[in-house]
Amino acid sequence: MPLELTTTRHNPGIDPALHVWGWEIPVYLFLGGLVAGLMIIAGVRLLLVQPRERQAMVCCTIGPLVGLTLLSLGMLALFLDLSHKLYVWRLYLTFEPTSPMSWGSWILLLVYPALLANTLTHLPETVPAAAKRFPVLVTISDFILARPRVVIGIGLGNMVLGVALGLYTGILLSALPARPLWNTAILGPLFLFSGLSTAAALLHAILVMSFKGEYRPAFADFLLSALARWSHGRAPDPSIAPLLSQADNSFLTVELGLLMLFLIGMVTSAAASQQAAALLLIGPYAAPFWVLVIGLGILTPLLLQFLELQNRIRHTLAPAVLVLVGGLALRFILVFAGQESHWLRAASLP
Amino acid sequence: MARYVMVIDTRRCVGCMDCVVACKTENNVPEGYNRDWITEEVRGAYPRPQLEIRSERCNHCANPPCVYCCPTGASHVHAQGGVVLVTHEKCIGCKGCLAACPYNARFIHPDGYVDKCTFCLHRVTQGLQPACVSVCPTHCMHFGDLEDPQSDVSQLLQARAHHALLPEAGCQPHVFYLT
Repeated sequence: MPLELTTTRHNPGIDPALHVWGWEIPVYLFLGGLVAGLMIIAGVRLLLVQPRERQAMVCCTIGPLVGLTLLSLGMLALFLDLSHKLYVWRLYLTFEPTSPMSWGSWILLLVYPALLANTLTHLPETVPAAAKRFPVLVTISDFILARPRVVIGIGLGNMVLGVALGLYTGILLSALPARPLWNTAILGPLFLFSGLSTAAALLHAILVMSFKGEYRPAFADFLLSALARWSHGRAPDPSIAPLLSQADNSFLTVELGLLMLFLIGMVTSAAASQQAAALLLIGPYAAPFWVLVIGLGILTPLLLQFLELQNRIRHTLAPAVLVLVGGLALRFILVFAGQESHWLRAASLP
Repeated sequence: MARYVMVIDTRRCVGCMDCVVACKTENNVPEGYNRDWITEEVRGAYPRPQLEIRSERCNHCANPPCVYCCPTGASHVHAQGGVVLVTHEKCIGCKGCLAACPYNARFIHPDGYVDKCTFCLHRVTQGLQPACVSVCPTHCMHFGDLEDPQSDVSQLLQARAHHALLPEAGCQPHVFYLT
């Protein structure tokens, strides 16, 4: 039976399709997941690896510092998204247990000191120039490293808060039942594992860029020489590269499995969810989803890193860049397609 | 405890949009924005088309996802009549409630906060009807307390066939349409 709906409403950002969240939210969700991954990886290494080996380990030195920077950028994106910015402090006058955003704002308040403690643990090795200028950084680092219980606390804290942050970026969307594409809690682990894979990829990229020799792209040379002049830091230990590729491949495999489960859940659910899944599978978001997320973002880096691990091809920036692009594309596609998914489409079925 | 509802007779509504104009005037709704609006739904085809004209707005749900997702408590259920309201000074403009509402009944006011229908609670507390109801020339709109069995709205809902919008979304909407 044909159906025609005519409405006089045309509220900005809502009609004809909801689009109240622009680039800021996907960028924040991407960076939040990435930082969560960096925290978990650094936390695991803090617990498992001896301090001396950690000093040149990219995930324990540059990782947390980059995480701190990216988290601040993500928070900036989140702040830019707010339309009533001057009232942002209202977040911290209350705790709303039913609101994932309230949980998230309090989690972020705990994440900052945990990540800062993680960064400070090895900051003198990461940025010797800063340590030379501010000797207090060395004192803090020595204080932490002299107390194994504090190190364990920082490691565990980063792991637990990293998992909470990664899960929250997905639950933020899944707790909105009006958008059938989002309304599944599997988005939590999906974004967590996507975050872990992008974190491993970013660390791998930093490592590859610091390799000596011909493999390094020209722009990386420029970037590194500028960084080296500033920090006088020592080059990270390249021996961890295969481990990062291996970890990244595991994360990507789990992410692929979760994506499949997410789609199976959607297409075997009610009509509204089936229509939501169709947006990704055959609808307007199908091309970027299949090409950028599945093809280039997961399958290609899986294959490239597999070949790297078999020593059939050399370690390059390519898989890391692809994983990062795929992770960002996943957030953009899910946030945009989710806003288009709606109960009304199913209700207007004949 | 009162439970305010709106009952709208689709057999009387002609879609004149007086309710829309009254709301914009009463609540100073900025140009280009709507707290209420008219939807015309045509089902079927010649020779048996069916037309339903509805005056739509926030459904003041009993299970409101917009309230649950609000991180600051700005979106809340008012003690009087279960009306869903937004405290402008608490709203940070995160737009979570806009994404949470299956009716797309909320919008961002040009001043930054989230705005929506209030069932004209400021009028109701003075014993007046909501602006939209008070101006309806066909008297198709009714407002009252569902908990009071003698109220206009209770009687109408008991006597007439009716439906709410998107009940499958599970929000327990409290604007009903007589058919």
